[in-house]
Amino acid sequence: MERLHFATVGSVDDGKSTLIGRLLYDSKSIFEDQLEHIEAVSKRRGDDYVDLSLLTDGLRAEREQGITIDVAYRYFATPKRSFIIADCPGHIQYTRNMITGASNADLAIVLVDARTGVVEQTRRHSLLVSLLGVPHLVICVNKMDLVDYDSAIFNKIREEFETFASRLDLRDVTFLPISALAGDNVVSRSANMPWFEGSTLLHHLENIYTASDDNRIDTRFPVQYVIRPQRADTPDYRGFAGRVAGGMLRVGDDIMVLPSGLTSTITGIDSPDGPVEQAEPGQAVTILLADDLSITRGDMLCRPNNRPRTSQELEAMLCWMDDAAPLQLDKIYTVKHTTKLARGKVSNVLYRLDISNLHRESDIKELKFNEIGRVTLHTTSPLFFDDYHQNRTTGSFILVDESSGQTVAAGMLLSPRS
Amino acid sequence: MKSALRSLIDESVTIIREVAAEFERPAMLFSGGKDSVVMLHLAARAFSPARVPFPMLHIDTGHNFAEVIEFRDRAVRDLDVQLIIGSVQASIDAGRIQDATGPRASRNPLQTVTLLDSIKEHKFDAVFGGARRDEERARAKERVYSHRDAFGQWDPKTQRPELWGIYNGRHKPGEHFRIFPISNWTELDIWRFVADYNIDLPSIYYAHRRQVFRRDNMWMAVSPFLKPEVGESVSEELVRFRTVGDATCTAAIESSATTIEQVIAETSVARITERGATRADDRISEAGMEDRKRTGYF
Repeated sequence: MERLHFATVGSVDDGKSTLIGRLLYDSKSIFEDQLEHIEAVSKRRGDDYVDLSLLTDGLRAEREQGITIDVAYRYFATPKRSFIIADCPGHIQYTRNMITGASNADLAIVLVDARTGVVEQTRRHSLLVSLLGVPHLVICVNKMDLVDYDSAIFNKIREEFETFASRLDLRDVTFLPISALAGDNVVSRSANMPWFEGSTLLHHLENIYTASDDNRIDTRFPVQYVIRPQRADTPDYRGFAGRVAGGMLRVGDDIMVLPSGLTSTITGIDSPDGPVEQAEPGQAVTILLADDLSITRGDMLCRPNNRPRTSQELEAMLCWMDDAAPLQLDKIYTVKHTTKLARGKVSNVLYRLDISNLHRESDIKELKFNEIGRVTLHTTSPLFFDDYHQNRTTGSFILVDESSGQTVAAGMLLSPRS
Repeated sequence: MKSALRSLIDESVTIIREVAAEFERPAMLFSGGKDSVVMLHLAARAFSPARVPFPMLHIDTGHNFAEVIEFRDRAVRDLDVQLIIGSVQASIDAGRIQDATGPRASRNPLQTVTLLDSIKEHKFDAVFGGARRDEERARAKERVYSHRDAFGQWDPKTQRPELWGIYNGRHKPGEHFRIFPISNWTELDIWRFVADYNIDLPSIYYAHRRQVFRRDNMWMAVSPFLKPEVGESVSEELVRFRTVGDATCTAAIESSATTIEQVIAETSVARITERGATRADDRISEAGMEDRKRTGYF
């Protein structure tokens, strides 16, 4: 089965590290030397218990300060599926890292403390999950052991969340009452909560169906690299390498090249395993065409009757990630979008989003570190794109500061407001 | 339905092509170890039927297992790629570094100077490495595109956010990037690829009889570069190597696995990480790898 890439969001207080530790430990994915190591460190620091966050807090500064600064990746597998965990720090000053960890995720786990219920942090994390278009969300109501495994408390939190979330774009939300510390409903079913009829967290992760999350309708193939062997045995080979960003490509399909608008027919598809008849989203392939067209990196192949939008004036949700300087209107940044490079400037901030309460603040002239706003972006050459909610690959871009070289913003392209 | 290995291959091939498209002078670190062998095979598949459009770079401590060097030369010949060797001995002879001395001397940390000198000499702006995030906790934090300043240093605090599949390789002259296309592979994924694609590896990855002695609870191989100290007795054991690096700091494990399938079975139930089981260099301190990486190590 396809690997599941999920992000966990929350702070240490929510029991996030304990939850990850529990998943890894109960699936036998913690190695003895890792456990011995963190036991020794915990003991030396005088902790009362083994601090499982030491498993993921890999940097010296994190271990010294006892906080998670950067996204850590962990890997584990069960007989049914393999998993990548992007363990994201939850504090507000690390919004940048949460966005990084969740941008590729198929699923996000947000932890809620059963004693406090839905708090500002829960709302902020859920909003970011919704903005980033993570297809599946699991709300783990944790520390149920501290509220006597009371179903009324779980149901109340669920209702609170649903009221708030009705304003968000969340496609699939699952609620689970758990205790990461005691192990209830994480890997094994809880005997303490017979009233809960859903599955355990691990069972849910193992069985969730993600294949339909890809856009398999709108064919998009950003050209990454042109393969032209200068070899005697393949004198006429000219292939267009890239990763399928949407839809299916099949031998015999008619395609159109953007921006030229020229058309041709696919005569062959080469994969890392050799020739194939078709390619689906995510596959890295090389496309061969019937006609000798001029095609370069940054061009896009699509179907003649299903083209992406093409524009130099775009609307986007922009997450500002640079702690050195705010977004400046009309300053020129490099825009990286699929395999295409352009330059661009933000001419207008339509509103800034208060990520605690969804309020839209207008009359904004800049975006500061960790702020999110809807903007108008002008680019030097047209981008071929789709609405982010239709396609996370052709709908996303980054801005790069041209003097520092830093990635300063993440953007999600949207249809203009009607 | 795509398999998990299939999507790892697609991701790695995409990264390798992206670097070839965006950088002026990439090179790929190639030691003959299993991770670099898999990376080379991925590169060959990324550009087929064309040749791999960049050279391999081996930082050679001179303290190698003979089987690995023999394998290295055969592999680059079979896959028709260019090999550049950065020699630690040459760096010592040129006075760039002093050879390690003493009973537990290892040239492993000296490689950093030779590596950075080679990058400078050949003006490489991107160097592929076969590091995996599951190997070590500092590596678990590193980006796929990892920036190095003009001194070759890694600064974990200023790492660029890496979103979706968009990579930012912008750098100033004299700076470079380390690229880790197999970041998301685990040790088991590597072996499954070796099995599925019938990849040839150096023979020392499979069980064989070898003269070894016990040091720091690990089996160290007797070699011209590593001799037992007083009180360390030599015996012949059935062993294999789980990782392959400098002969002075890479330990063997007891194993009877002589085939790929047996190695996979053994790896599936291993209770100790590969570096924990075999690398003396990671035991120096809690942050041994982070500290070495900060100064430009692999």
